[in-house]
Amino acid sequence: MNAGVRVQSDSFDMGAVLNAFAAAMSARNAGAVVSFSGLTRDIATGDLDAMEIEHYPGMTEKALAKIRDEAIERFNLSDAMILHRYGRMGPGEPIMMVATAARHRADAFQGAEFLMDYLKSRAPFWKKEITATGAVWVAARDEDEDALSRW
Amino acid sequence: MKRDLRYFAWLRERIGTGHESIETDAATVADLIEELRRRDEAYAFAFSDTASIRAALDQDLVDLDAPLSDAREVAFFPPMTGG
Repeated sequence: MNAGVRVQSDSFDMGAVLNAFAAAMSARNAGAVVSFSGLTRDIATGDLDAMEIEHYPGMTEKALAKIRDEAIERFNLSDAMILHRYGRMGPGEPIMMVATAARHRADAFQGAEFLMDYLKSRAPFWKKEITATGAVWVAARDEDEDALSRW
Repeated sequence: MKRDLRYFAWLRERIGTGHESIETDAATVADLIEELRRRDEAYAFAFSDTASIRAALDQDLVDLDAPLSDAREVAFFPPMTGG
C-alpha cells in the first residue's frame, strides 16, 4: 500500500494529518506545503442529514496512487498525499484532503489543484445525499470534467 | 469467455446487484452493454443513457469502444463524483 494514499471510513483530524505531512518535509528541503480539505456541505434545501460515499475498493487505491505519482512527477513535488473517506458522514465533516510539498509555492499550489481536478472525475467515488425526503445521487458536473482539459 | 461484472452507485441500484459472473462473447465494452441491455427492463433502464456510463477493465478506466480482450473484471458506473 502506497503510504501517500489513504482510503478510510473513519473521520480524521485535518490539523494532525497536515502536521504529520509537513513534519516529514523539512528533511527534504521543501519550503512550501499546500493542503486542501473538502467538507460535507449543507445542500441548497438545507436539510442534509448525511452524505454517503460509495467507492470501488481496489480501483480506488490504484487510481489515487496513479494520480499522486503523476502530480509528483509533473510538478516536481517533494511529496504528495491523498486521503479520501467512504461510507456515511454527517454535515460539516471532513470528506477528503490532499497535501503537496515542493521547494516553491507555485508547484505546491498547482500540484494540489491537479490532484483535486483528477480526484473529482477520475477516482471511483460516488456521493449520495441523504435528506428527510429521500436519497439522491450527486450528479457529476460538466465543469469538473472540463477542468481536466487545462492540464 | 467468463467475466466478472461489477456495478456501482445508481447502476447497482437499478440492476439490483453489485456483482455477477457471466459468460459472454462480446468483443468490446459497448457490445457488452448492448448485450446486457437486451436482457430485461432493469438492465435496459440502467444502461439507457450511455453518455452517463463509465467503464473500467481490471480496475483501469477505459472508453466504451475498448476491446474486452482478456479482462477478468468489467465494472460499470456513473461519472465519478469524488473530492
